[in-house]
Amino acid sequence: MTDVAGNAPGQAPAVPRLSAGRLLAATEVDLRLFGMVAALIVILLGFHFVSGGKFLQPVNMMTLAVQASGTAIMATGMVLVIVSRNIDLSVGSVVGFIAMSYALLMTDWLPDVLGIALGSPFMWVIALAFGVGLGILFGGFQGFLIAYVGVPSFIVTLGGLLAIRGAVWQLSQGAAVSGLDSTFQKIGGGALGSLGGDLSWGVGVVASLAIVYLLTYNRRQRRKFGFAVRPMWAEVLLGVVGCLAVLGLAYVANANVWPPGLATRFAVEHGITEPPGGLKIPVGFPWPIVLVIGVTLAMSVLATRRRFGRFVYAYGGNPEAAELGGINTRWTIMKTFVLMGILAAIAAAIAAARLNGSTLDVGQSDELYVIAAAVVGGTSFAGGIGTIPGAVLGAFVMQSLAYGLAFMGVNSPTQNIVAGIVLILAVGFDTYNRRRASR
Amino acid sequence: MTVTQAVPLVEMHNIRVAFGGVHAVDDVSIDLNAGEVMGLVGGNGAGKSTLMRALSGAHVADSGEIRIDGQPQTIGNPRDAKSFNIETIYQTLALADNIDAPANVFLGRETTTRWGNLDDGAMENATRQVMGRLNPNFTNFHSAVKSLSGGQRQAVAIARAVYFNARILIMDEPTAALGPAETAQVRDLIRQLKTEGIGIFLISHDIHDVFDLSDRISVMYHGKIVDTVVKANVTTDEVLAMIILGKKPTEVTREELAELHA
Repeated sequence: MTDVAGNAPGQAPAVPRLSAGRLLAATEVDLRLFGMVAALIVILLGFHFVSGGKFLQPVNMMTLAVQASGTAIMATGMVLVIVSRNIDLSVGSVVGFIAMSYALLMTDWLPDVLGIALGSPFMWVIALAFGVGLGILFGGFQGFLIAYVGVPSFIVTLGGLLAIRGAVWQLSQGAAVSGLDSTFQKIGGGALGSLGGDLSWGVGVVASLAIVYLLTYNRRQRRKFGFAVRPMWAEVLLGVVGCLAVLGLAYVANANVWPPGLATRFAVEHGITEPPGGLKIPVGFPWPIVLVIGVTLAMSVLATRRRFGRFVYAYGGNPEAAELGGINTRWTIMKTFVLMGILAAIAAAIAAARLNGSTLDVGQSDELYVIAAAVVGGTSFAGGIGTIPGAVLGAFVMQSLAYGLAFMGVNSPTQNIVAGIVLILAVGFDTYNRRRASR
Repeated sequence: MTVTQAVPLVEMHNIRVAFGGVHAVDDVSIDLNAGEVMGLVGGNGAGKSTLMRALSGAHVADSGEIRIDGQPQTIGNPRDAKSFNIETIYQTLALADNIDAPANVFLGRETTTRWGNLDDGAMENATRQVMGRLNPNFTNFHSAVKSLSGGQRQAVAIARAVYFNARILIMDEPTAALGPAETAQVRDLIRQLKTEGIGIFLISHDIHDVFDLSDRISVMYHGKIVDTVVKANVTTDEVLAMIILGKKPTEVTREELAELHA
């Protein structure tokens, strides 16, 4: 097991020397991802100190995460779209259209046409299925034009951006719609739309077990074929850090407690006498965060463990090679857009649920934030390069900057200036690093 | 002529491929037997690669017929060709630069586990074994093939064609990027595959390669076949004359030959 895969032939085995870089290399952690986590921590700590120690509170962290959730979810799909050398500019309008559809479906269409009233236990399921169906239609139609007809994705989705935004207005005749199903509203998070204390700890424990299982499974697979494995201490370190991170998140989520008013009402309704200082009910993971975690896992599996993902990356690296390899490239490209539509439907559900309705400008400019998140997360417009976790981290980095600046009382035009500069700096730094590494 | 087997492995009859009015391949017929190396030579733009792309499914011929084992077959895309065990090593290598060697070897034919997930372990293991045969110095199984040397990239492209039990192998300039030692390896490989009964179309600019390895040689000139000859019956000079002048040795005048040697 001394053979280090990756050594050039004939090169003398490196003399083991203790250094931070070498230790990091032994864990085989993706350096770009590690850098992004570090950047995120620096940003959060920076705001904490500048604000005089007021920023890092559970409630801030959870609000920030919920605000980033829609962008993060869509960024996972945008990675695959950009990796396969396309772009989707229509996601913001698609979110707007589907969010408005959710609102109209629950307030008008279902009660009037099918007689399913607000509060029916199936309403949220029907609404979600309808929204996902719409997402598949939008994505499928645009994807068909791009993959089979051959219209450039920039043009198709630019047209989609304009046309679908216009259709939002047509749909509601310019009106804002509100008053959604109470179960559906939970998708948007908040004290009532969260897992609560016990379930959140459960999620943390299950995730920890999954990390340990994946590490052992991976090691066993490599052993089976006699490939080099990580040193034992690196495996243990990865496991401990992973579990601590997951359980730490559960701790932060549970340290966030119900707002006093809501807690008092709950106490009155359930005949509980409030202890002095108020009833402390842990909020736990809000549903949008659960969705982000689920989507990130599912999309990571799709991107790295499934043939579809392999096709997407191969096409991004060399479209001709993918075609000659016998891959059905058109169908693969169309599927990336269908996937984008489904993710937009999930993001739209979060947006509509948070608003308890929908307005004409829901999702406006989302496409730009989603693309920015993917690109800050290391996705390259040259195609073939980009990771799902990177894009999710990218979304959180951008949102923590915006949230932190807003927290410091910086106005929104200045926030945009900072976001724009950070976007360019991040990609510039990444390009510089890549060029240096390829020398 | 050699004693021909009952049915050739591949027959291409009256193949035509045109690009916007230019006849890249114009009414060409060619065949290949099992265990035979057919050298395909000609100048730049003679139509060798285009003819082979029609067989590998990369470009569908405008007209003509392809028979495999005597049966007329339709090859509409690379998947069709692979279903007939036709494997191709393209001149461009056709590698996805951003993924690693095992992923490229199995591109489009990935091994999956029971659950439909990619079985990267099995694919790496198989790639290590093929590479052990092709290029024992190859150890770089986890880097994107972008970072490999020209010879290593070529080895990946060859491994991809050889691993999947090819019956018909198309090699388009397989030694163009290689040094002397690696070229010798590829030549040994071609001889070995031949003894295994694989039929090989060998496209090469190197007339000596072709003479060393081929049983028959087809010369193309401006989209047409000048002649298909048994190697033992011709000299390199005669073949060179066919490549440059586009005429059979018997049709070449003494003046033309003299000019060629001048």
